[in-house]
Amino acid sequence: MTPEKQLEQLVDNNKDLGKSRSPLQDAMREFRRNKIAVGGMVFVVFVMIVAIAAPVFAPYHYATQNLRNNRAKPMEGYDILVSYAEKECHWYNTPLEWGCTVFIAGSDALGRDLWSRIVYGTRVSLSVALAAATVSLVIGLIYGTVSGYSGGRVDNLMMRIVDFLYAIPLLPIIILMTVYFNAVSRQGAESGLMSVLINLDRLAGGLLFVFIAIGALNWIGMARLARGQVLSYKEKEFVEAARAIGAGNGHIIFKHLIPNVLGPLLIAESMAIPGYIFLEAALSFIGLGVTPPTPSWGAMINEGYSGIRSNPHLVLFPGVALSVLTLAFNFMGDGMRDAFDTRLRGRN
Amino acid sequence: MTKYIIRRILMAIPVVFLMVLATFVLVHAMPGGPFDAIGQRSMPEHIRILLERRYGLDKPLYQQFFDYLMNLLRGDFGPLFRQPSQTVNDIIAQTFPVSIQLGLMSVAVGFVLGIPLGIFAALNHNTPIDYTTTFLAVIGVSIPALVMGPLLIYTFGVKLGWLPIAFWGADPPFILGFLPKPTADFWSHAVMPVFSIGTGMAAGIARLTRAGLLDVLSSDYIRTARAKGLRERVVIVVHALKNSLIPVVTILGPLLAGAVTGSFITEQIFALNGMGRRFVNSIGEREYFLQTSLVLVYGVLLIFGNLLVDIIYAWLDPRIRYD
Repeated sequence: MTPEKQLEQLVDNNKDLGKSRSPLQDAMREFRRNKIAVGGMVFVVFVMIVAIAAPVFAPYHYATQNLRNNRAKPMEGYDILVSYAEKECHWYNTPLEWGCTVFIAGSDALGRDLWSRIVYGTRVSLSVALAAATVSLVIGLIYGTVSGYSGGRVDNLMMRIVDFLYAIPLLPIIILMTVYFNAVSRQGAESGLMSVLINLDRLAGGLLFVFIAIGALNWIGMARLARGQVLSYKEKEFVEAARAIGAGNGHIIFKHLIPNVLGPLLIAESMAIPGYIFLEAALSFIGLGVTPPTPSWGAMINEGYSGIRSNPHLVLFPGVALSVLTLAFNFMGDGMRDAFDTRLRGRN
Repeated sequence: MTKYIIRRILMAIPVVFLMVLATFVLVHAMPGGPFDAIGQRSMPEHIRILLERRYGLDKPLYQQFFDYLMNLLRGDFGPLFRQPSQTVNDIIAQTFPVSIQLGLMSVAVGFVLGIPLGIFAALNHNTPIDYTTTFLAVIGVSIPALVMGPLLIYTFGVKLGWLPIAFWGADPPFILGFLPKPTADFWSHAVMPVFSIGTGMAAGIARLTRAGLLDVLSSDYIRTARAKGLRERVVIVVHALKNSLIPVVTILGPLLAGAVTGSFITEQIFALNGMGRRFVNSIGEREYFLQTSLVLVYGVLLIFGNLLVDIIYAWLDPRIRYD
């Protein structure tokens, strides 16, 4: 680095010297300076837009079949009704049944446009990321705060439960629970909690239990983190002070503890999101996730991998989509951790 | 230490008991039973009743659970309903070695690749070497086994034709019950499944090692060691390395669990006759004994894995004392 540049940076670093900055502003500045992290965030936001506006980005509906055009290679289509199509043949301007179809990413065994399915698949991955993060955050926060704040016997008991869940292989059990739920929901229930759940599940495209399963698997770590934070903050002077002026437990928890606990938990969640996306893909891969024809990248890999020799694109494209989205989340999560972890500042 | 280990194992017994109980109740609560149908036809009522009596399924659930526990103590995991010629013991004897070989080799690849890479990156902190390694590591953790498997199959199996794309290269009988005969066939079959789990692990371990080592290198006692005039190599190898590995060991537990998760997928992709695949394939069936027993085996594995982690932990960090 040249001296001029160094000087420039020094000036830049200190240009708002004298103004006070909150830790949040500090972290935001740090985050913005991290080009890769910002890039990851921009990409994630872009994928969110794609997910919300999927019909704009996807030329076809994800379930539209065209059996005569099945297993088309990327950029390929079979012009079956050429005489009709020749006249007006633009990309995607003709209905799928009428030939003259070019599949950007090829088509699957049922002749569904792979690109469209990948685009709609962002909805599944992102909603799982969001929902699983929310579920595990809320459960973990409540459980950890209650445990840490109560202390004594309650804390002990609650942590023994967490230890128990930590010691057993939750994934196989969660898989069995998902199977149980699916079997019961296929049978149908007339009333009660189960029928409410089944209807919710239908609304969520068969994903409700995936949300619950992934959240249930991951709240444990969050609860431990929250408890640790609460334990360290509840002895701090500002909490003492609040208690001294007569603040109630509710006030202390909501005004003083949770705001402090939330930050580290949010960062932990952003680091955990890639894991949630993987887990959904894995569950859908073994046939426990979305109900067909809802496209999930994991389910698409499952449909394609037996034919990898002749139609590799059916596996590789969803796989690449999965990895690229995860990469963006990883860049973003790493950047957030570095920005908020003041201990590391200036070193990485 | 011995006392501690014994106490941990004793403490694990109620955990295993509760886990088995929960699984047992769960699989029995599933709608339908193992003898609802033969192929496409429904099973005649009287035959179903006889079959259920044959396997003791007509008894009350607590009685069945008690019988199962008693059989477990005798080393009998129970029968298979749909393949009466085999028992759950046979299935575990066939599939457990494959899964354990796959898991151990993947974890080994993770450590053997990951730790040196992490050290290498940390020692060249803020150089192009560091950036490249870190970048590769982020990419590595972003490719799940679910994607890595097909990717490897396509590249090395289909395009290049170097490696076999399916099956495990070793069959029972295994040496000592779980070790394969290290034939060329075994290695060539093992490379892709092992690396499809192992690369992600290696990337994760490399990231942790790098962060751990950087953390340690900026600590006061390293400055002291340097100030004493110790050679850089001694500072790194004797003083820094051991401490920097502590965070790496803490993830060994989740890593072993990850090897299990990975094996669910990888065994499916490579058509390996392992426990994960057998478990996944059994989820549509009502093989009560098989499902409960596989969860039991996973649970015991996990408990021993966590115990091992704690022992290594105490060895790495003398401040930790168990007694």
